[in-house]
Amino acid sequence: MPFGNTHNKLKMNYSAEQEYPDLSQHNNHMAKVLTPEMYSNLRDKETPSGFTVDDVIQTGVDNPGHPFIMTVGCVAGDEETYEVFKELLDPVIEDRHGGYKPSDKHKTDLNPDNLVGGDDLDPNYVLSSRVRTGRSVRGFCLPPHCSRGERRAIENMAIESLASLDGDLNGQYYALKNMTDDEQQQLIDDHFLFDKPVSPLLLASGMGRDWPDGRGIWHNDGKTFLVWVNEEDHLRVISMQKGGNMKEVFHRFCTGLTKIESLFKDKGHEFMWNEHLGYVLTCPSNLGTGLRAGVHVKLPNVSKHEKFGEILKRLRLQKRGTGGVDTAAVGGVFDISNADRLGFSEVELVQMVVDGVKTLVEMEKRLEGGQSFDDLMPDQK
Amino acid sequence: MPFGNTHNNFKLNFKVEEEYPDLTKHNNHMAKVLTKDMYAKLRDKQTPSGFTLDDVIQTGVDNPGHPFIMTVGCVAGDEESYEIFKDLLDPIISDRHSGYKPTDKHKTDLNFENLKGGDDLDPNYVLSSRVRTGRSIKGYTLPPHNSRGERRAVEKLSVEALNTLDGEFKGKYYPLNKMTDAEQEQLIADHFLFDKPVSPLLLGAGMARDWPDARGIWHNDAKSFLVWVNEEDHLRVISMEKGGNMKEVFRRFCVGLKRIEETFKKHNHGFMWNEHLGYVLTCPSNLGTGLRGGVHVKLPKLSTHPKFEEILTRLRLQKRGVDTASVGGVFDISNADRLGSSEVAQVQMVVDGVKLMVEMEKKLEKGEAIDGMIPAQK
Repeated sequence: MPFGNTHNKLKMNYSAEQEYPDLSQHNNHMAKVLTPEMYSNLRDKETPSGFTVDDVIQTGVDNPGHPFIMTVGCVAGDEETYEVFKELLDPVIEDRHGGYKPSDKHKTDLNPDNLVGGDDLDPNYVLSSRVRTGRSVRGFCLPPHCSRGERRAIENMAIESLASLDGDLNGQYYALKNMTDDEQQQLIDDHFLFDKPVSPLLLASGMGRDWPDGRGIWHNDGKTFLVWVNEEDHLRVISMQKGGNMKEVFHRFCTGLTKIESLFKDKGHEFMWNEHLGYVLTCPSNLGTGLRAGVHVKLPNVSKHEKFGEILKRLRLQKRGTGGVDTAAVGGVFDISNADRLGFSEVELVQMVVDGVKTLVEMEKRLEGGQSFDDLMPDQK
Repeated sequence: MPFGNTHNNFKLNFKVEEEYPDLTKHNNHMAKVLTKDMYAKLRDKQTPSGFTLDDVIQTGVDNPGHPFIMTVGCVAGDEESYEIFKDLLDPIISDRHSGYKPTDKHKTDLNFENLKGGDDLDPNYVLSSRVRTGRSIKGYTLPPHNSRGERRAVEKLSVEALNTLDGEFKGKYYPLNKMTDAEQEQLIADHFLFDKPVSPLLLGAGMARDWPDARGIWHNDAKSFLVWVNEEDHLRVISMEKGGNMKEVFRRFCVGLKRIEETFKKHNHGFMWNEHLGYVLTCPSNLGTGLRGGVHVKLPKLSTHPKFEEILTRLRLQKRGVDTASVGGVFDISNADRLGSSEVAQVQMVVDGVKLMVEMEKKLEKGEAIDGMIPAQK
């Protein structure tokens, strides 16, 4: 082991039973999977950068979960976490990603021309469209574990690469710690500004350390392409615009991402990716594409229908309030997005959103007209 | 500590400039003291249990502080932190504890008979009296750094020690994770229950990990002696009662503490103590006696007198509100010092100081001046 982890070794003086966490009140993916025996097998291991099993699970130990929401309860500290701790993470991944097996291969497809349609979602219903993903820079530890030096290096790389973007991707970087009051207010008004996380799920994993050092927001002049630096992942990339032209949003997304990736490669830095897990990110729930494509859509009638939950499930979509993952819908406007991340390509996931939202809007129109939509009920995708 | 400091050697691949924290917006003791040179010198060191410089300072980096409140901004992860990182901690200790020097010796005096008076504070003014301190168990790492196994071992030892107490100290332990609803409500009604900290100062240090595992509250049947297990320190020991008999509160405090210490010693785990720093605790502000002896006292007139702050400073006392902000002129008055004076000396200052302030209050009630009573600087 090239890097000492004195504290983990000190813990080995205690038996596995003495160190094994009390998970009796817990309801998250980690707690469902981590048996005393598994803990015993993994507790003396560490990744080359020194990330240990206790580091992986701390957030899940500190946040027992909720009876109705199944949180993941573990994070990766570097790329090797998914290998060194596969005994724990493979079953978590399988449970979270619809039965994805350790032998499965993930397909990446960022060719926007492969998307069929998506430019004609009815703007009377579809208020806005957005696609986001995350990217990790190979060779650096992830936000739960990285040092200030590593985080700043990521930031410098991001600034350099993003500064090379031009045309409709020409933009500017705003470091969180150097922002003027005016810049801050504008970013808040644009709904771009992210702040230090308050969620105990995130804080307990250590990703809030040294805030706001090394963190920032970049966006293009058109305010349709946005990059977060060093929040929950090294990079979060977002393409968005008002209305229902998901095709254009996805086109910009793919073009921008591909450009950024090649700029990083020019400097000798790739994104973390492998053919089993796709893009490697901090949270196991974001593996694969890391992609969430969604719309804000008015569905006041459909959403009250008893079959709404079933329809979403069959379409492989999920609903959120328009304030984000922890919010409730207001005025019948929902955030509808793909439920999957791993095991489907980017094109496939956005296609599901495009086709599914089209169906939901048609159903909404039927209900407005007092008609039934039974013939529109989809099969399970 | 799991927050990314288990890979200290890996960080050495980055230059000092790249790793040194940005402290430009900071106002805490750590930020005042930690220069880039000092960071360079200390960053490759670690205590035998693996606590590093970044572990020490993380809470101070994450919490820039407040223009008016000077927080400490660093913690110890084990007894050796104070030795390995003395370059950083000695100046902080000096700044926080009125110029206490690395060569100074601290006096411990837990002989309650050495306290003069203290049994006659006027209960019309002094509503309650309380003395608290902390103790760390030698051989275990401290709350910012300890593992579940260590924390549970500290709990086990503590419960064993506390269960040997009898007579006025006979009592019961309530582990946080096994409390019944009825027990919880009672502890809340008694103002005994402590909950998971919400202060980012404490959370940023890592001391709330695995909550509520191995945390608990012990108190005697009479509800006048209370011990917190594994909160900010291994043990917090509290003696309290209504009224102004600080002498009795302090007697019970000293006797109970001694009894507990004896049991720990029998298991070859005494309390962390040395002749320079006294009792060693998680936060450098609590070194020495770790003692806060205080009263809740009604001082509606004195507290609005222009010389109130000056009087407190001279008496070496500090004021706090009751439940944070003061209400109805009732203040929490306690000793300001922790290190460099003994327990008896600090409680004596509280007893004498509060007695004087109550007399001042009575004078002001009668419309008389108090100028002749203003004390000299202690």
